[in-house]
Amino acid sequence: MATHKIFIAGFGGQGIILIGQMIAHAGMLEGKEVTFLPSYGPEMRGGTANCTVIVSDAPISCPIIDQATCLVVMNQPSLIRFEKIVAPGGDIFVNTSLIKHKVEREDVTVHNVDSGEIAKELGNERAANIVMLGALIKHLEIVKLESIEKVLAEVFSGSKADLLQLNQRALSTWKK
Amino acid sequence: MKEKKLMKGNEAFAEAAIRGGCSLYFGYPITPQNEIPEYMSRELHKVGGTFAQAESELAAINMAYGGALTGKHVFISSSSPGIALMQEGMSFLASAEVPLVIMNVSRGGPGVGGIQPGQGDYRQVTKGGGNGDYHVPVFAPASIQESVDIIYEAVPIADEYRNPVMVLVDGMLGQMMEPVVLPPIRRQITSEEIAQKKPWALTGHKGERTHNVVKSLRLKPDELEKHNIHLEDKYKKMKRELIRYQTDRLQGATVVFVAFGTMSRIINEAVDHLEKAGIKAGIIRPISLWPFPDQAFDEIDPCTKVIISAELSLGQMMEDIKSAVAGRFPVELIYRVGGMVPTPMEVADKTKKILEVIA
Amino acid sequence: MKKIFEYTKGMLPVSTHYCPGCTHGIAHRLVMEVLEERGLLGESIGVAPIGCSILSHNYMNVDMCESAHGRAPAVASGIRRAMPDKIVFTYQGDGDLASIGAGEIVHAAHRGEKFTTIFVNNAIYGMTGGQMAPTTLIGQKSTTGIEGRKKEISGMPLRVAEMLATIDGAVFVERVALNTPANIRKAKKAIDKAFAVQEKRLGFSFVEVLSTCPTNWGLNPVESLKWLGKNMIPYYPLGNLRSPEEVE
Repeated sequence: MATHKIFIAGFGGQGIILIGQMIAHAGMLEGKEVTFLPSYGPEMRGGTANCTVIVSDAPISCPIIDQATCLVVMNQPSLIRFEKIVAPGGDIFVNTSLIKHKVEREDVTVHNVDSGEIAKELGNERAANIVMLGALIKHLEIVKLESIEKVLAEVFSGSKADLLQLNQRALSTWKK
Repeated sequence: MKEKKLMKGNEAFAEAAIRGGCSLYFGYPITPQNEIPEYMSRELHKVGGTFAQAESELAAINMAYGGALTGKHVFISSSSPGIALMQEGMSFLASAEVPLVIMNVSRGGPGVGGIQPGQGDYRQVTKGGGNGDYHVPVFAPASIQESVDIIYEAVPIADEYRNPVMVLVDGMLGQMMEPVVLPPIRRQITSEEIAQKKPWALTGHKGERTHNVVKSLRLKPDELEKHNIHLEDKYKKMKRELIRYQTDRLQGATVVFVAFGTMSRIINEAVDHLEKAGIKAGIIRPISLWPFPDQAFDEIDPCTKVIISAELSLGQMMEDIKSAVAGRFPVELIYRVGGMVPTPMEVADKTKKILEVIA
Repeated sequence: MKKIFEYTKGMLPVSTHYCPGCTHGIAHRLVMEVLEERGLLGESIGVAPIGCSILSHNYMNVDMCESAHGRAPAVASGIRRAMPDKIVFTYQGDGDLASIGAGEIVHAAHRGEKFTTIFVNNAIYGMTGGQMAPTTLIGQKSTTGIEGRKKEISGMPLRVAEMLATIDGAVFVERVALNTPANIRKAKKAIDKAFAVQEKRLGFSFVEVLSTCPTNWGLNPVESLKWLGKNMIPYYPLGNLRSPEEVE
């Protein structure tokens, strides 16, 4: 019985909340138990944004976590602030495009993902969050890639349909 | 299996009210419940309903009173300081015996307080707030699914007792997302049904009946006393019929937690932590805060050493717990306030310290 | 024999609790006559305020409710939204409407709520016993201003009709008085137009009715009518402030 407790942090406007929701949504499509808990505050861009996603085979009693099995940090202040939240043996995904700081913990697995640069090469720096999501899914298999692809198609539909192709590429770019 | 939908709490609450047959919503912006009026403004007209943004919470509950006077089902929502402004209306509606479902997505206080989760509304919502001898039943669900089910059910409950009913959650449940199975759409009440089931409603007498009057003023003391006793009989009936709670692992428990809403979910996991440390812990989760489930405390195992009220407030619920426990067990408090929410481990650690002191 | 006078079906055959010489009775009757003549008694829902006229539902033969102090326009907004095909009105005094309910009346007008407000202005709090209202005239004595209203302490009296006439949603605004038979006839005409505006769903309609309060003014009924004409009308000029073409 696997339980993934994922903590994602960055600044407002980086699409932190979106990728958290996408993981939860994909988990639900696979019949798993999920909760998604965002931080919330006065509406503004550039402030901190973070969320907790739990994906589990068993019912989830508490959406608040003591420790994360996995931390995703998209900017430097988030790494400094949240490094300690990861359980020993857990994973930290670092957006090296914006984070120059080294992870100090030695009891975790660090995944350096140059998501900002990769997204820029694909043509839109704002897809960095989806690049990171792709890396996360490939390494940890929290949910199946097909489920995320299904959710992605739903997110980028209607008025955002023109962004689907770019984001599909962003999702699949990262190789282990 | 029914289809599950991943929904944000506030949007699910609004959808539950629509599916419950509510056709009118009146509200005023306040964090952390803004997604409710936003959702209503987008969706309510699609089912033939009406959304109106009021100039204040005071106006909102009075608009709701007006809407409910016509026999139609009305839903309103706000958060702690806004609920404080609505207390005048709640007392008035209870007096005038007009049904209404009120959603409170609460936050930290007092005063303007903060916008993060809090349970400091406990006293405000369970002990009145408005003037006079009246009660508003308060249900405090712990998940989005349970919230949806209770809101749906609150519509007929408000009608049955001709009284406002409140559903209380905190900002965390309002903002988080969980999969929900939405209830079926309940048909909105028709004018024929209003005429039959709500003969008191203001619909225009058409010259076919004497004029209806819905009122609160009773200047003659004997008349008001009679009305007070009539209302009290109704509240006694609610106490018999509306008490809801859950208990878990009370058998052989050294410590019994009492917690509702978000806090009860943290406690569920804290109980697991304690069990791993060899401490048996149980939980009483009040779902109805008024009427308070006194009888749940009769189920506590005599071997229990301590009862702990776990709150996002400073012992407000503890008063009701002490009254229900009636001296049979010591009662202690674990809290975080101001919008701070404890982790399960934090609660487990605090519990161990309490047990050390007692032993 | 030809009948030249008959009670309106809009008024229930009971005596009122109003003081001798109070003009509430006249205002009630004008509203009910208008509704009867328009065939709307069975289609109307009224909202009573806090104040002397909270008991107006004992006399007006339409479905009615009481409302908390000042909130009548919010309650009427709710009824109106729930029942778009009915006729909805509030009947409010000056303590209720111009003081504690100033916010509600402004925003009901601002939203262009399609109901009618009859605003009975007698320049004083009646039911609570003669305290100063926002509408109390300079120099006018009250139990909370025994030497008479002073501008330096309480400001100048509030002209509600003029204030509401600045709001686009208030499409019909008129001030009338009940001090002479001629003015009473004009008052009825204005009330009739206000309901015509509502029947055509043109927006919010408002009639301010200058009235007397002999008991709290400390005058007899005849003196009161004269006092109204001499003191109130000069400060609160009569006439129409806004009216849509459709009802002219």
